[in-house]
Amino acid sequence: MATPQPPETLEADRGLAAVGAGLDALDAPAQNRRKSPWQRFLHTAVPPIVAFGLLLGTWQALWASAIWPEFQLPAPAAVWDTIWATVQSGDAAEILWTSVSRAVLGFLVAVIIATPLGLLIAKVRVVRAAIGSLLTGLQSLPSVAWVPAAILWFGLTPSAIYFVVLMGSVPSIANGLVSGIDQIPPLLPRVGQALGAGKLSSARHILLPAALPGYLAGLKQGWAFSWRSLMAAEIIATSPQLGLGLGQFLHNGQSLNDISMVIAAIFLILLVGIGIELLLFRPLERAVLRARGLTGALG
Amino acid sequence: MTATLEAPTPSDVNAAVALSGVRKVFGHGAGAVVALDGVDLRVAPGEFVCLLGASGCGKSTLLNLVAGLDAPTSGEIALTTSRPAVMFQEAALMPWLTAARNVELPLRLAGLKRGARRAKASELLSLVRLGEAGGKRPHELSGGMRQRVALARALASTLGSAEAGTPGLMLMDEPFAALDAITRDVLQAELVRVWRETGTAIVFVTHDVREAVRLGQRVVLLSSRPGRVVREWNVDGLTGADESNSIEEITAHLREVISGHAAAS
Repeated sequence: MATPQPPETLEADRGLAAVGAGLDALDAPAQNRRKSPWQRFLHTAVPPIVAFGLLLGTWQALWASAIWPEFQLPAPAAVWDTIWATVQSGDAAEILWTSVSRAVLGFLVAVIIATPLGLLIAKVRVVRAAIGSLLTGLQSLPSVAWVPAAILWFGLTPSAIYFVVLMGSVPSIANGLVSGIDQIPPLLPRVGQALGAGKLSSARHILLPAALPGYLAGLKQGWAFSWRSLMAAEIIATSPQLGLGLGQFLHNGQSLNDISMVIAAIFLILLVGIGIELLLFRPLERAVLRARGLTGALG
Repeated sequence: MTATLEAPTPSDVNAAVALSGVRKVFGHGAGAVVALDGVDLRVAPGEFVCLLGASGCGKSTLLNLVAGLDAPTSGEIALTTSRPAVMFQEAALMPWLTAARNVELPLRLAGLKRGARRAKASELLSLVRLGEAGGKRPHELSGGMRQRVALARALASTLGSAEAGTPGLMLMDEPFAALDAITRDVLQAELVRVWRETGTAIVFVTHDVREAVRLGQRVVLLSSRPGRVVREWNVDGLTGADESNSIEEITAHLREVISGHAAAS
């Protein structure tokens, strides 16, 4: 059909190109200007710092008014001293390492188990009918409920702790992947089929990337559940051969009637949770959502 | 000048796609719906055919059958082209890929090497005048630009496997229906230009008579429930009064087909 075109067609073609280019310039969505680093700091870091300062001030004021006895409400400075002492003696690093390494290892194993499980539930109708609702139910079961059973089955061993962590995080990760796959617009797999994708290449090039936001949300929740389950297991299953984790540290604080130690432990547990969220999951999620133009929730 | 083709009889060899006695039934027993019944249609290589019909005429079903996304209940569909490309009403670009990567996707699925993929994709993007926008994500493009990326991607999927010289075939399911009037106007002209430059055959489904007459060489009117070919018109190169006469005549027939349903029900 490539016939030589008469001059008036070329003329019309050029006019068309100009109109098209004008439309492109007018209709393309405006891009948000990226904020400067200083503005970003001002908008994201200052509010939580101010909130933390206020909290600390209220605490100090409550302690100074001496409504509660010292063994119930310690001074902020006393808690800080406890934390500083454990950091200086090297105990803090060891305690954190014991707990964080357990949580990370448990989480990774959970990812390896939950990913194929989620794919199976999402894509095979019989599997979904059989265990789909069971998995959702397990997600709402507090993982601390598994601790007694784990101790009876595995004794006071690391296996018991890992078992509880897995029971906590596998359902969240698998459910996240399932809902990620369920939320894929049905047109996309059809388009993939029309473009020549087989079953496997469709999973690799269409399904998995399309389900990534939901999967990532599942991973984030899975991490939170594995951290929580680990703390529950460590607080209840305490024994010398299990080593000293954050949960045991908290438990020891209670046994010693040392409120500063208890609050220091809670503070460290929070610190790890927030740290992993800010350093790992938040940037990952931002990158994935920004690439898809889903920046509404990010601010 | 409106030539009415009562009995289209091009030879078998000369068809990009030939449908004979195609029938498609959805469901079984009493609830079964006959979407298409005895459809015969031939599209010559490089031909631009518009399928026209009211809702429920099975236009989209027909495209799905030709694309191989669905199988006919009975009848035959013979393709002499490479794998047909499909363009939908929505651009349906992969939101996690840039425009260039979207165009590369069918080439990647066909197993092309990276260098060849890149070259082909940038060639096709310049063909739809988006040479500069290859690095942008779908959400950074306007509706018209997205639909042009989808056009480039469709061309990649039908021409990517056609290095051996087999002609391409594009199936378009009301691709411009969701766009505003000016953008639609520009894109219609762009489509005709791209069609002339690539020589691919196009089957274009629409319910807009004006669009069908403007774009197509041949307009095929389908009846509704079940879809059957009612009549065809040769509308190639019509201008001015001839064009508006055709539009009037085809619209009258379309109305007749639609009002036939009111009497039947």
